Amino acid sequence: MPVPILKQGSVLIASIQRALTDTDVVLLQETLIEQVGRYRSRGIVVDVAAIDVMDSFVARSLRAIAQMTRLRGAEMVLVGIQPEVAFAMVQLGTSLEDVLTALDLEEGLALLESLGGEAERRGGLAG
Amino acid sequence: MAASQAEVRVAIATDDDVVAARQAGRQLAESLGLATTDLTLVATAISEVARNITAYAGTGEIVVRPVDGRGRRGVQVIASDEGPGIEDIDRALQDGFTTGGGLGLGLPGARRLMDEFAINSRPGAGTTVTMTKWGPQ
Repeated sequence: MPVPILKQGSVLIASIQRALTDTDVVLLQETLIEQVGRYRSRGIVVDVAAIDVMDSFVARSLRAIAQMTRLRGAEMVLVGIQPEVAFAMVQLGTSLEDVLTALDLEEGLALLESLGGEAERRGGLAG
Repeated sequence: MAASQAEVRVAIATDDDVVAARQAGRQLAESLGLATTDLTLVATAISEVARNITAYAGTGEIVVRPVDGRGRRGVQVIASDEGPGIEDIDRALQDGFTTGGGLGLGLPGARRLMDEFAINSRPGAGTTVTMTKWGPQ
C-alpha cells in the first residue's frame, strides 16, 4: 500500500499509516524525490507516528531520503517517533544523527518554516 | 487465553512475511504479559533477523513460542534458514560489519534488544538464531 503524500504550500507531507514493506519504502523514496522537483517543494515532513517498529532497514531508507532531499535543495524532517520506538532504536544502535526530527507534524512544519526564513536571510546577505 | 499462547511458525520469503513474523512475536509477547516497551524490542529484533533471512538466505522460517524458566515466562524466537551460513560469527556480531550492504546492525542490534541470544551457523549449512526475552517475575 503506497504511503499517501499531501502537498501543503511548499511542503510535502508523507504520513506512514502502517508497517512499511521494503517495496513501500522504495516507492516512497522515488515518489518524494520526484515530487520535490515537480512541486518545487522546500521541505518534506515524514510522519512515522503510526509505525510500531523502526528496524535498521527502514532507518537507513529514511536517512537516504533525507540525504537525497538535501541534494535536491530541500529539507526533510522526521516526526512522530513513538517513545518505545525511540527506546528500541537506541538499543538497536540506529543512528539518525544527520536527520532532522521534531515531536509531531506541527513542530515539524514550524521547524521547516524557521529553516526557510534562515535560508532567505542568508540569500539576502549574499546578494 | 491459552489459544493465543501457542507456538506460531511463519515462513519467511518476502518482506510481507517479515511484518507477519514480528506481529506474531508481538502478539505472543503481549499474551505472556511482557511490558509494552519489551513488545517493541521483541518486534524490532524479529524484524532484524527476518530481514537477514530474506537478504542472505532468500527463504527460511521464524518460530515464536512461549518458554518457562526460573518462575518467569518468556518469548523465544527461533529464526532458521538453509542459506550460505556465516563465515565468521564473531565478526557478524560486531557493529558495522556487513557483507550485505546494510548498516551491519542486524545481529549485534538484535542481541542487544533481547535477554538471551545464540547463533548456530556453519558455512554452507545455514543459520539458526535463537533468542529470548523474559517477562516479569
